Amino acid sequence: MAFNIYDFTSFNQSIDELLYEWLPPFWAMIVEMTIIGLVFLLAYAIVGLLLVYAERKVCAFMQNRIGPNRVGPYGIFQTIADFIKLLMKELVYIKDSDKLLFNIAPFIVIIASFMAIAAIPFAKGLHAIDFDIGIMYVVAVSSLGVVGILLAGWSSNNKYSLIGAMRSGAQIISYELSVGLSLLTIVVLAGTMQFSQVVELQSTGWFIFKGHIPAVIAFIVFLIASTAETNRGPFDLAEAESELTAGFHTEYSGIKFAFFFLAEYMNMFIVASIAATVFLGGWMPFHISGLEGFNHVMDFIPPLIWYIGKTAFIIWLMMLFKWTFPRLRIDQLLNLEWKYLLPINLVNILIMAFIVLMGWHF
Amino acid sequence: MKEIINLPVHSIEEEEYHINMGPQHPSTHGVLRLVVTLQGETVKKVQPHCGYIHRGIEKMCEKDTYQQIIHLTDRMDYLSAHINNHAVCLLVEGALEVEVPERVKYIRTIIDELNRIASHQLWWCSFGMDLGGLTCFFYGLRDREHILDIFEESFGSRLLHSYYTPGGLMQDIHPNFQKRTKDFIKYFRKKIKDYDRILSGNVIFENRSQGIGVMSKELAINYGVTGPSGRASGWACDIRKKYPYGVYDKVDFKEILRTDGDTYARYMVRMDEMRESMKIIEQLIDNIPEGDYTAKMKPIIKLPAGEYYQRVESARGELGIYCISDGNKTPLRMKFRTPSFVNLGVLDKISRDMKIADLVAIGASLDLVIPDIDR
Repeated sequence: MAFNIYDFTSFNQSIDELLYEWLPPFWAMIVEMTIIGLVFLLAYAIVGLLLVYAERKVCAFMQNRIGPNRVGPYGIFQTIADFIKLLMKELVYIKDSDKLLFNIAPFIVIIASFMAIAAIPFAKGLHAIDFDIGIMYVVAVSSLGVVGILLAGWSSNNKYSLIGAMRSGAQIISYELSVGLSLLTIVVLAGTMQFSQVVELQSTGWFIFKGHIPAVIAFIVFLIASTAETNRGPFDLAEAESELTAGFHTEYSGIKFAFFFLAEYMNMFIVASIAATVFLGGWMPFHISGLEGFNHVMDFIPPLIWYIGKTAFIIWLMMLFKWTFPRLRIDQLLNLEWKYLLPINLVNILIMAFIVLMGWHF
Repeated sequence: MKEIINLPVHSIEEEEYHINMGPQHPSTHGVLRLVVTLQGETVKKVQPHCGYIHRGIEKMCEKDTYQQIIHLTDRMDYLSAHINNHAVCLLVEGALEVEVPERVKYIRTIIDELNRIASHQLWWCSFGMDLGGLTCFFYGLRDREHILDIFEESFGSRLLHSYYTPGGLMQDIHPNFQKRTKDFIKYFRKKIKDYDRILSGNVIFENRSQGIGVMSKELAINYGVTGPSGRASGWACDIRKKYPYGVYDKVDFKEILRTDGDTYARYMVRMDEMRESMKIIEQLIDNIPEGDYTAKMKPIIKLPAGEYYQRVESARGELGIYCISDGNKTPLRMKFRTPSFVNLGVLDKISRDMKIADLVAIGASLDLVIPDIDR
């Protein structure tokens, strides 16, 4: 059982073989699924808490503040303390609310983000499942979250929540198009939808460099559209605390609120991961063809670090957006999508297809 | 009681519904309650319900002496507390025909303008926040802190000062006052550029504010919308120009006027007013004459029987005080014409057929202070 930080394939295979040796196939599979599920649950919670902490520090940095600095060194345990507080809070039940939908909604939101995270390759050989239509799967699954948001807004028996949910519905459904089309631009270039192959193809250069200008445009469009899809500022109309108090999760408290909160941050993590994987080479190190020495130094950095670094960079960009720009209005938001991003995207795909046909890409 | 609250406030058309914005709502900056009739996201009617922070200041004035009334006026528009105090002092001094020392007039004018800048800074913070730019809030508060520190050093309080007394000031200014004020002007001239950079030039901000909540000049005059909100519609209504008090007649400053009358114009008028206020302070701060900090006043002030009216330009508009005296040491009746209350009236008119997000922007651009509405 050789543990290699540059390639997890053999490590995972040896565990797999070991389990099948010890147990009958059915139970081996159950145990495998349980292990993966537990690992993801743990990672989910840790990444979520880290992101909340990061957001508070970045926002404090932008706003001339210090941010959390009391619980633990540099306040790193602050979010854990907050999470424990949320766990112990009373769950308030709303009169005349639709109890079933009200209780289901946070789970739908969190399950959607959970499903999306399963397809993302974190390092070589380190992914839960490698579909050959991975990109399409992620786009499909990540839009399931809107069902949870709509249910939350509808079942809360609160007009603010309903307005927030309707806004969110309109917003996510529109921006889903741009997310899909900008990813499709890269699919045209790559010729595959499988995440592991998309990453492998970038070993000679990331797609954002390989694909000329259309790839850069697709990257920018993806950043804008995915910020909107995750309901983050300047597109946080579903929450819009100055207009709708807290939008769709106004009436939620305690752990259910924490679920929405975590899911929001995990969605940000997921779209950042996809952007890093599809445009910036995922876990693939930065290579310049011809410079062998430089490439060797880059290869020395473990893939997991590359992946985390790229994802963190995109998350940081999204945080800067949120704390800089004022919020758009709902009609302006939809105008931006249908009148600007969508036509740009369609033309962009055509140009990309033309470039690929002519063989002009690197 | 329940019946009264649930009373139908406005007949509902097809597909319309009410929401209560407030009394607890993040964008009403206090306990203003707006009953908003919506059709989808479009505002059809706005009905303000006042009275959630009514303290009966006008009635309380009837049993207080004039020195005590000053402390009540602080609590009306707490963001321009000095200017409110100034109005009462001018009223009493005018009625008694007291000649106030030049030094007092200079100091009062400087502090009024500092107060105006502080008030506009807080307005800028909350305006940015209402539009979703949360970072603005901290930039504005950071700079406002410098003014509050100057205030604290000279008169020992940061928000509700009660520094002016009929006839003069409570005490002389602190020796550091001039130096610190000059330092602040130097500092803020640099920082106000940040304000422009983070909000004024932003595309999203311009789209959110231009052409939103347009108030024509006629509408502004009909509804008596004074202050920066009125001047953004092209109505020259600056009391400092029309009926100068303090030493406003000796300083050179522009009355900022804009003709668009939309949210963006109201924003820009206030931004320019901060610059004008700095100009006024710069002209005065080195020329404060020597002299007493108060005129000689009797310990018990009795206004001669009669009616008096005094107006000043507060940070939000025209603050008028109407007083009837029967010759006693307390007024018979005191009436405040507070700018926020009058400006609130036009909210329904200019926010119809706008989106609910625009209603928030318009409300913020009118710069309402809720205790000023309810008194």
